[in-house]
Amino acid sequence: MMAAFILACSIIFLLQFFISYCRSLIAASVREPLSQEVQEVTGMSRPATEEEFARVVQLLQLCPERPEERGEISLIRTYFRMLGIIRSTIAKVVPSLERWASSERGQCTHFVAVVLGRRIAFSRNLFAQQMSG
Amino acid sequence: MPGLFGYIVWLLGALLEAGVVVCAIKKKALRPYLFLNLYMASSLFVNLGRYNILQHYGLKSTQYTYFYYYSDTLLTIFLYFALTSLFSRVFSEMNAEQYVKLGAVLLLGGTAIFSYAVVHQAETKLVSRFVVELSQNLYFVGLVLTYVLWAAVLKLRETRTRLIQLVLSLGVYFSLLAANYALRNLYPSMLSIFQFLPPLVGCFLPAAWAYAFWRIPEDARLAPARLAVIR
Repeated sequence: MMAAFILACSIIFLLQFFISYCRSLIAASVREPLSQEVQEVTGMSRPATEEEFARVVQLLQLCPERPEERGEISLIRTYFRMLGIIRSTIAKVVPSLERWASSERGQCTHFVAVVLGRRIAFSRNLFAQQMSG
Repeated sequence: MPGLFGYIVWLLGALLEAGVVVCAIKKKALRPYLFLNLYMASSLFVNLGRYNILQHYGLKSTQYTYFYYYSDTLLTIFLYFALTSLFSRVFSEMNAEQYVKLGAVLLLGGTAIFSYAVVHQAETKLVSRFVVELSQNLYFVGLVLTYVLWAAVLKLRETRTRLIQLVLSLGVYFSLLAANYALRNLYPSMLSIFQFLPPLVGCFLPAAWAYAFWRIPEDARLAPARLAVIR
């Protein structure tokens, strides 16, 4: 009985903390505009939509990785998937969640696009260094 | 002996713990977050101790079992004080530090008495049972306290991004551990799976803290109301 109560509380708390933590990671990128380059490469409209997420992630994987970004990208991808599950389950009963999940997934796309912009700049610097060296 | 994957996760956890302290030193966050760094450093030393005992006596030895559970309780108490230090930071402008410290000690004492009350009828291994019980209860108390702290962050409109991320990652960590302990109690037959989870979960907290120290400047600000799931 006690264990079941602790489990229920833990899952509710976990969801709240995890969503808020992911939002805190995304929050910094929300105000960051997408560079012209990223908009051209991805063909992204503003604001970013959830449908563009998979394509932006594919483009991201084509760029040389920056080790410090590996963890946050995995976390945001998990968050994106979790929002998808929420949308296809709980949101069927609570319709307001549908709009919220879509908007959150759009912000995830924007976050990944901002990271893509940083990676393009990083690759360009790397290339310039090699050329000059 | 743990398998290759177990050793890799263990090593990764230890490296991340060391990484937290290194990041904090590099970013001049050692003193402002002293208890958090003390917890990470002690966790690193405990991991080294566990590895040493494992190599000498083996995974199923009494020595390893005792060292594992006793050190786990000690680490939980350290983490509890790290959490208390985050409370102090959030309430620093209200000059409520003394009350926070008093409350923390009283709650720790209360949890210890409750844990003793649960196990005191056991005829054998009373101290060992008490240590395990105290550790489990402190995890749950830690989880509730982190939730209270998060509520305080939202209520007091705390805007320091680094502090917010430290609190939230601690919340994720405590929730995962509490859920794991509960699942272990509910499904004892699946113990092998649930024993596997804490080291993996253990990698999340140092990774998140190292990220917060390394990537988030101390003066970075954000509106906490944007992060709340329930408003």
